[in-house]
Amino acid sequence: MTNATSPDTYKRLLEVKGLQTYFKTDAGIVKAVDGISFTLNKGETLGIVGESGSGKSVTNLSIMRLIPSPPGKIVGGEVLFEGKDILKLSEGELRHLRGNDISMIFQDPMTSLNPFLRISTQMIETIRLHQSMSRKEALAKSIEMLKLVGIPAAEERIHSYPHQFSGGMRQRVMIGMALSCEAKILIADEPTTALDVTIQAQILELIQELSKKLDTAVILITHDLGVVAGMCDTVCVMYAGKIVEKAKTDDLYANPSHPYTYGLIQSVPRLDKAHDGKLFSIEGQPPNVIDLPPCCPFHPRCHKAMDICRTQYPPTKDLGNGHEVSCWLFIDEKEHSHE
Amino acid sequence: MSKTTEKRPLLEVKDLKQHFPIESGFIMKRQIGAVRAVDGISFTVNEGETLGIVGESGCGKSTTVRSIAQLYKPTSGSVIFDGIDLVNAPREQMLDARKNIQMIFQDPYASLDPRMTVRTIIAEPLEIYRTRGMLDASVTRDVIEKRVEELMERVGLNRAFKNRYPHEFSGGQRQRIGIARALALNPKIILADEPVSALDVSIQSQILNLLHDLQKELGLTYVFIAHDLAVIEYISTRVAVMYLGKIMELSRSSDLYKNPLHPYTKALLSAAPIPDPVIERKRQRIILTGDVPSPNKERFGCYFYDRCPYKMEKCKTNIPPMKRMDEHHEVACWLYE
Repeated sequence: MTNATSPDTYKRLLEVKGLQTYFKTDAGIVKAVDGISFTLNKGETLGIVGESGSGKSVTNLSIMRLIPSPPGKIVGGEVLFEGKDILKLSEGELRHLRGNDISMIFQDPMTSLNPFLRISTQMIETIRLHQSMSRKEALAKSIEMLKLVGIPAAEERIHSYPHQFSGGMRQRVMIGMALSCEAKILIADEPTTALDVTIQAQILELIQELSKKLDTAVILITHDLGVVAGMCDTVCVMYAGKIVEKAKTDDLYANPSHPYTYGLIQSVPRLDKAHDGKLFSIEGQPPNVIDLPPCCPFHPRCHKAMDICRTQYPPTKDLGNGHEVSCWLFIDEKEHSHE
Repeated sequence: MSKTTEKRPLLEVKDLKQHFPIESGFIMKRQIGAVRAVDGISFTVNEGETLGIVGESGCGKSTTVRSIAQLYKPTSGSVIFDGIDLVNAPREQMLDARKNIQMIFQDPYASLDPRMTVRTIIAEPLEIYRTRGMLDASVTRDVIEKRVEELMERVGLNRAFKNRYPHEFSGGQRQRIGIARALALNPKIILADEPVSALDVSIQSQILNLLHDLQKELGLTYVFIAHDLAVIEYISTRVAVMYLGKIMELSRSSDLYKNPLHPYTKALLSAAPIPDPVIERKRQRIILTGDVPSPNKERFGCYFYDRCPYKMEKCKTNIPPMKRMDEHHEVACWLYE
């Protein structure tokens, strides 16, 4: 934020182009992520929203190249980090990238820390892996990070085991660890889903504050539309492995264009609004992503579905100001016949 | 529906305590303490209404409903359902009364036996009460069969699926099976323990609507637990806010959101995210410091003392009683003395 005048500020940090990640299963090919594109600018917070199975986690595991293979495989696309294609890096280069440039925090802070090792051991290991520091320096750095994320009496608590910390504290440790190498991108995969609301508020505020302070770009994956509204600059809405709508946060909430986005926003009960009677609801079930036909995957649940929706996937249409939507409703006849 | 002309509460919980012993020692076990999961709560639920219970994990909301259903034997206090004290009633009488109390659970994956078909799952409560001889003699196999089909249709499942197994259904559909099972005995009250928190947003609203419709049609009473304040606000007539096994505030749902009194309720409400970026940016959050303390020790002051931004000297040593602010609004806080 401080160097807003420098041309570098608006540099594209991460560019995902046509990423496709498929999983081969006995039942058929699961197109978990099927041709998605987005960019992340420096210092920006990008939200990825979607329901379970929509491919939001697979997207981020693909960016980090953490897809278990087999059965998973990145079959197409590019992931450019500062212009370099991550998908073409060697294992060694990848190790350097993970943690140093892009780091990640996971949903469940209990399973992502090793229960047998002290917090200090785990933090020192992470730091020394990426930076040339002595044990002592690394310990000092770890304590500094724990203080930064608000762990009281960090000098003593650092020698505790994970089970001695509460859920919220563990998530703080994870954030401290993830940011200890001054990564440029922090990927947070449902960081607060396992936590209570009051602790969630603490953690979100912490992520926001630190990303500003350290100028880190954040990719926030969540299913909670409330969290996105408060945290993100830009939002991608995913459904069945595709990004169906992408816009600036304000724009998305004010003018949700895709029927799925609209339905999603409408179906959340709201504290600040009086309600009478029924909630809006999207009927039906999320689709099975195995061997999906080349139609719009949302059409069986869409109240505005047309004939063409059942046979072809809609192209992406730019509605201006970076608001993109993939829906036949926004494609007029002429444009379509032109293609 | 009630036989008496005077309106009396369907369920009355009085000073309910549920402590779980902590034991130590290998051969000679001795109790070294207790987890005070529910530590003296009282409330009533009227016929046809929904009482929402909200609070963070470990505040005792699930334990409360389990104690009401007599899945645990309460440490002390009474649970009076329809005039019968379930805690002290003889087993036969308790079982008979409990026919009218059914539960819906949080996890639709864990709460259905994977080796039973949908038919057997939904029919199980009926079968159990039939073998106990507590159902009408007219309830035969065929009647049960018909009832299962009727219930499946009612909750929005195709009756042709009755011989399928739970793994063939999605999370939302499984929750519908759980609801059908809860309805099987035609209960008066349903205790719903976080029925929608494991579901996706679009499925969550379907289930909330279903529960809403069922209540209207069948005149059901709900005790509804959730940690999501917006969900609680939507479904409840009255809301109880719990913290560390105590009720902090009890009020009509609309009042609670407009005029929260207890500092904990205020913090909880301000922490709940609202899906609107314009409002979110302007909001002033009350961020509580620290975590929920351990429920293992006996407390002599306000249970919220450690995290309260308005704590006073008095709060440390005196437990605030429930104070009635108006007809429907009660709060346990020394600020409103």
